[in-house]
Amino acid sequence: MYVYDEYDRTLVAERVAQFRGQVARRLSGELSEDEFRPLRLMNGLYMQLHAYMLRVAIPYGTLSSVQMRQLAMIARKYDKGYGHFTTRQNIQYNWPKLDAVPDILADLAKVEMHAHQTSGNCIRNVTADQYAGAAADEIEDARITSEVIRQWSTFHPEFSFLPRKFKIAVTGSPHDRAAIKVHDIGLRTIRNDHGEVGYEVVVGGGLGRTPIVGLTIREFLPKRHLLSYLEAILRVYNQEGRRDNLFKARIKILVQSMGGTAFTEKVEAEWRAIRKDAVDFSSEDFARIAAQFAPPRYVTSTAHSAEFEAARLADKDFEAWCRTNLAPHKQPGYAIVNISLKPIGGVPGDATAEDMELFAKIAELWSFSAIRVTHSQNLVLPYVRLSDVHAVWQALRGAGLAAPNIDLITDIISCPGLDYCNLANARSIPVAQRISERFASLDRQYDIGELKIKISGCINACGHHHVGHIGLLGVDKKGEEFYQITLGGSADENASLGTLVGPAFSYDRVVDAVETLVETYVTKRQPGEIFLDTYRRLGVAPFKEALYGSHPA
Amino acid sequence: MALIQHSDFADDSWIRLDDASEAPIGAKIIVSLERWQRDRESLLGRNAPVGVLLKSNQPPALIAADIDRLSLIALEFPKFTDGRAYSYARLLRERHGFKGELRAVGNILRDQLFFMRRVGFDAFEVPDRARAQEWLKSFGDFDVVYQETGDGRRRPVRVREPEIGG
Ligand code: SF4
Repeated sequence: MYVYDEYDRTLVAERVAQFRGQVARRLSGELSEDEFRPLRLMNGLYMQLHAYMLRVAIPYGTLSSVQMRQLAMIARKYDKGYGHFTTRQNIQYNWPKLDAVPDILADLAKVEMHAHQTSGNCIRNVTADQYAGAAADEIEDARITSEVIRQWSTFHPEFSFLPRKFKIAVTGSPHDRAAIKVHDIGLRTIRNDHGEVGYEVVVGGGLGRTPIVGLTIREFLPKRHLLSYLEAILRVYNQEGRRDNLFKARIKILVQSMGGTAFTEKVEAEWRAIRKDAVDFSSEDFARIAAQFAPPRYVTSTAHSAEFEAARLADKDFEAWCRTNLAPHKQPGYAIVNISLKPIGGVPGDATAEDMELFAKIAELWSFSAIRVTHSQNLVLPYVRLSDVHAVWQALRGAGLAAPNIDLITDIISCPGLDYCNLANARSIPVAQRISERFASLDRQYDIGELKIKISGCINACGHHHVGHIGLLGVDKKGEEFYQITLGGSADENASLGTLVGPAFSYDRVVDAVETLVETYVTKRQPGEIFLDTYRRLGVAPFKEALYGSHPA
Repeated sequence: MALIQHSDFADDSWIRLDDASEAPIGAKIIVSLERWQRDRESLLGRNAPVGVLLKSNQPPALIAADIDRLSLIALEFPKFTDGRAYSYARLLRERHGFKGELRAVGNILRDQLFFMRRVGFDAFEVPDRARAQEWLKSFGDFDVVYQETGDGRRRPVRVREPEIGG
C-alpha cells in the first residue's frame, strides 16, 4: 500500500501543529465558536447531539494492520471503546473531548492517517472500489488513480472553499462497487479500442434531498489528463455553482440548471485553456505511485486448494459463510474475504477496540496486513490464500464476527440517525437492528437472496436510501417518527433511484411493512430473480397493493 | 484595517474611490468595475496608477482586455466561505498574465492567507494589526504543497528521487 514519504509526513505534522494552535486559541477564548467552526470542520471535527464527533479519513478505504491497531488504541484511550465505520470509508469517533483532539490527530499522524477533508466545502476524502488491487474483473487498481487524486486535492488552495462539499469516487472495474454515479464526480476506469486505459467521467450525481444519477460528460479521458480535467470541472463549479442557497449548491444542481451539453462545453473549453503540463502527472509520476501498490508476494498460483475444498465440505457453517462472504480474486489460489460488521441485532458499522485488534491480527497473519473498509460499512481482507480461509473464518467466528450475510437482507446500511445526529428526524440504527432480528433466520435470508436495505434518518440521505433496493427515510410527522419507503434503487453500473411507494409507516409498523414487501417478492418472483429484478419486471403496483390494499389511503 | 503586502505589514498607498467622487490628482485609486467600465478613458488619462475591484460575481474575463493597463486588481470575499476569487486569482495570474498587485479584500480569515498566497494574491486587507505577528505566521503553516499553482512552488512528486527497487 501507499507509504508516506517525508513530504507527506511533514504536511500532516504541520497540519497537526496548526490545529493544536487553533484549539488553544479556542480554549483561551481568542476564537469564538463561530470563528472556530470552519477551522475544526477542516479537521473533521463536528458538533453532534451530545458531543464532538471526529471523522477520520481512510483514503480510498485502505488500512494496514498497524493503522487498524492505532484506531483501536484511539477508541480505547479517547473514546468509549469503539468506532463507527461510515458509508464513505471513514471512521467516526463519537465521544472525543476537544482538548484531546490535537493529541488524537498526532496519534493518527504516527500511522500516516489524518482527518483532513472529511468535512467542510472542499474535495472530500476520495472513495474507491474496496476490492481494488484484488478483484478478478478489474482493468486497473483504482487506488493508483485515487492516490493521484488524493495528492492533488490535499489542501488544494483553489478548491478549499467550494460552494459545497465535493465527493469523488473511483472504480477500476466494469462492475461499479464504488457507486460512482451518485457522486459529484465518478470515474470509471475503461480501456478504449486502442487498448489505452482511461476514464469515463460522470458528473453531477448525488443523493440528499435532490437525488440524481450522474451524467457522463466524457466517454473517454486519457489517464494522463486526469488531473487537468478534474481541475477544469472544479474550476467551472467553483465559479458558477450556487452560493445563495445551501440546498442548491451541489454541482448536480449546476449541471441540471445549465443543461448537460452547456455544462460539458464549459468544462471542455476550460480544459483546453489549462496548461496541462503544470497539472497533469507524467507517466513516470503515475508509475512511481503504481509501484507503491504493487501486488503482495503471493506464495501460490494454484487455483485449487484441497484443504479449502475439504473444509467447505466438512463444515456447513463455513460453507455458508464462503458462499456469501468471498469474492473472486485476480490471483489464482486467493480469495477476497468480506467481514460483515452487521451481526444480527448489531449496530451497522460499529466495531469495538477488541474487534479492531482482532481484524489487525487476522490481516497480519493471513492477508499481508491489508484491510479495506467498504461503503456498505463492512471490512475486506483483500489477499487471503484459499488454504487460509478456514483459519480466518474460525478466528472471526470465535469472536462472533463471522456473520454470513454480505449483500443479504440483514447487511443493512444505516446512518447514525437520531441516536447521534442533530439533523435527524428519526432513529435509523434501531430500525436496522429490528429488521435484522426479524430476518435472523439464515435459511430465510438465503431464500430471499441479495437485497439491499438502506436507511437514512433524514433527507440528507447519509444512509443512501435512494439507492437501496428497499430504502427507508425517517420523516417527522407531528413529532412522531415515520418512515417513507422507496423501492427499486441501485448504486451500481445500472444505477437507479428508488420510487416512493406510498404513505409513510410509523416506527412500530415499518418492520412489518418491510416484511410484507419481501413476502410479495417471494410470492411473485421468477426463478433466479432477486428482489430488484422482480421489482423492475413488475413495477411498484403489486408492492403497493400488498402494503395498502387496493385503495391506498 | 491593516494591509499585508508580500509577507509583511505595509502602509496602504492606494485609496478606494466610490463611484461618485472625483479622483484626487495623482492619487493611486481603486475603483469598482462599474466605474471602470463607465470612466475607462478618463481614468486612463489621469497619468496615475489605477486599480479595479471585482466583486465575487464579477469574473476576470470582464477586464481581461485591460489587464496591462491596471496596476492593481482587488478581489472581494463577501464571506470567507465564498471561494470564487481563488479561481479568479489563478486565472488572472496564470491565464491573463497579470503582473500587478493582486489584493484580497473583504471577509478573510487568518488561516486562509496561506491558500490565498498560493493562488497568486500578494496583498491582503486584514482586520487589525493587534495580532499582527500571528497573522504573518500563517504563511509558514505548510512547507509542503501538492499543486503547482503559479506561485513557483513545485509539488513533491516531481522532485522526489526515483526509488530503487519496488
Ligand atoms: S441522513 Fe440525516 S440523520 Fe442520518 S446521519 Fe445524515 S444528516 Fe444525520
